[in-house]
Amino acid sequence: MSFDYKPYLRYEKLPHMWCPGCGIGIVVKAMIRAFDDLEWDPRDIAVVSGIGCTSRAPGYLNMNTLHTTHGRALSFATGIKMHRPDGNVVVIAGDGDSTAIGGNHLIHAARRNINITMIVNNNNIYGMTGGQYSPTTPLGAKAATAPYGNLEPSFDLPHLLRGAGASFVARGHVGNGRQLSTILKKGFAHNGFAFIEVVSNCHTQFGRRNRMADPMNMIKWISDRAKPLKKFGQMEEDDKAKYFPVGVLFEEKDRPEYTATYEKLIKKLSA
Amino acid sequence: MKKNMDDVRFWPGNIVVAEAAVAAGCNFFGGYPITPSSEVAAHMALLLPKVGGHFIQMEDEMAAMGTVIGASLAGAKSLTATSGPGFSLKLENLGFGYIVEAPCVVVNVMRGGPSTGLPTQPAQADVMQARWGTHGDHPTIALTPAFHQEIYMETIRAFNLAEQFRMPVILLLDEVLGHLSEGVIPPKPGSFEIINRTKTTASPEDYVPYDTSEGDVPPFAPYFAGYRWHTTGLNHDRTGFPTTDPDTVTFDEKRLMRKVTGNRELIDKVEYFQADDAEIGIFAFGSTARAAMVAVKQARAKGIKAGLMRPLTIWPFPNNQVLAFSKQVKTIIVPEMNLGQIVYEVERSVHSDMPIHRINRVGGVPINPSEILAGIEEAA
Ligand code: SF4
Repeated sequence: MSFDYKPYLRYEKLPHMWCPGCGIGIVVKAMIRAFDDLEWDPRDIAVVSGIGCTSRAPGYLNMNTLHTTHGRALSFATGIKMHRPDGNVVVIAGDGDSTAIGGNHLIHAARRNINITMIVNNNNIYGMTGGQYSPTTPLGAKAATAPYGNLEPSFDLPHLLRGAGASFVARGHVGNGRQLSTILKKGFAHNGFAFIEVVSNCHTQFGRRNRMADPMNMIKWISDRAKPLKKFGQMEEDDKAKYFPVGVLFEEKDRPEYTATYEKLIKKLSA
Repeated sequence: MKKNMDDVRFWPGNIVVAEAAVAAGCNFFGGYPITPSSEVAAHMALLLPKVGGHFIQMEDEMAAMGTVIGASLAGAKSLTATSGPGFSLKLENLGFGYIVEAPCVVVNVMRGGPSTGLPTQPAQADVMQARWGTHGDHPTIALTPAFHQEIYMETIRAFNLAEQFRMPVILLLDEVLGHLSEGVIPPKPGSFEIINRTKTTASPEDYVPYDTSEGDVPPFAPYFAGYRWHTTGLNHDRTGFPTTDPDTVTFDEKRLMRKVTGNRELIDKVEYFQADDAEIGIFAFGSTARAAMVAVKQARAKGIKAGLMRPLTIWPFPNNQVLAFSKQVKTIIVPEMNLGQIVYEVERSVHSDMPIHRINRVGGVPINPSEILAGIEEAA
């Protein structure tokens, strides 16, 4: 029997607002499969987002969903998770939202190791506002605000997050939904801050300006560069620059989780 | 009330806020260090885990405000405290609180400004910002207690109003009130009213998050309680989903305003001192009202019939009460620690030929009674 997405989706809200071929739909699908694998009850899930194309995802998910202000999703999620540590809290946001205006919240949530899963749909551009360069736009790539090519180096997000103290750092891509779902599942199940970068396509705003207006071309461009972590590790240093590793890149299972530490304090003080 | 000295607590205003918040049922605080409000956070960090509540110090002011609204939507009674620069940063998420209708209390212990200004000295220059700071049309409730016992009770009232009308409520103190210590008798639990937001009685299948069929304040369903609902900072319809339909947006924006304008009798609060036979009126709030009270006594000792009107609810502004006051006095004096802000509200509340005198002071020094007395004598 084919998989039934209905219990997780607000069907009446479809068709979605994304461009045909946009990678965000693949991420949403992979999220649902992962929730289902974990048998998470949608009523016990809160999905929080900020502003941008990616941040419209919660509207389609039939759960507790909160579409917040630009960059601040993690702070709202932190309040939810602290008040209700028993709830499953997931944040989904784009690269501009979560690594530029929301960059401070990203590194501090990682440092705190609060049990929230953070999915960053990294399509290397501000999609909704019209294709401006983001902190993950490749050097030299064109953007609405980089007509002569991007002059700024970009973030390596897994490195950034690892440095900030995330206890789970992974990367997937929209060219392999099944693998992405497996990675997301591990992230959701991780007890601590789980960061998952999803290398994704915005063919409309990024692709159009960078000779990949066709979504399939852009997804192929992504897939061709994705290498499983092990294979990536065996590559020559020069080749590594042309590819990116996918899979669970870093995991530390027994680092104390923030809300658990806080609950312990409450218990101790009430004893 | 006869004081039993054992019941008296000698607390700075910032500590009073924290103690009263917990008494009001506050169980979440998200904050960021800023002078002169930091003691509120420190005291909440001490108190909350003892009562099963949660405290977090966030990486910045915006995030602090985000946690407060997030926790509120999960069902918490939440608080944050800040001062001018931090209040400026919180304004975007404060607006989010108004549009998603998340009850919470925001304390602004006002200091000198603009910008970094005078971090350790008082001002009352954020009073207009409290009303108009966040962009777009929005309702505002802001309270301005002047004495520590009042700070205690008004903090409780701030939570009650936030819960009753599902909106952020601002508590405006100033550095003098925040740091000055004064005796407070905390009321016994159960001796004061605690209002909690109306929870929905609808089944999860039938729940409409912004259902206003029963009134302008939609019943609430916390997260993880069997309901699944959506909300957004975009203008939304009763289902919580975005809309650009002009009629729906207009209806909803008017409804948000009506929560305040339609419930003035539940929100307004004005105190008077020696006002019954007053000829010279004074309108003052916060720590300036304390100085005004002394000035009234001094004026009366000199045979001048002065009287004080002081708002405990400054937003919505008590226009009608000021108009009534203006009909009995010759003139109104408006002392405030800024270069003239709330005086505009007083001016537009009274008849146009009413003389209004300003006493303004910036520079971090509180207005003292003698300045107000001099104003009274001049006007008499
Ligand atoms: S603009 Fe880009 S990110 Fe936005 S929906 Fe279209 S393809 Fe997707």
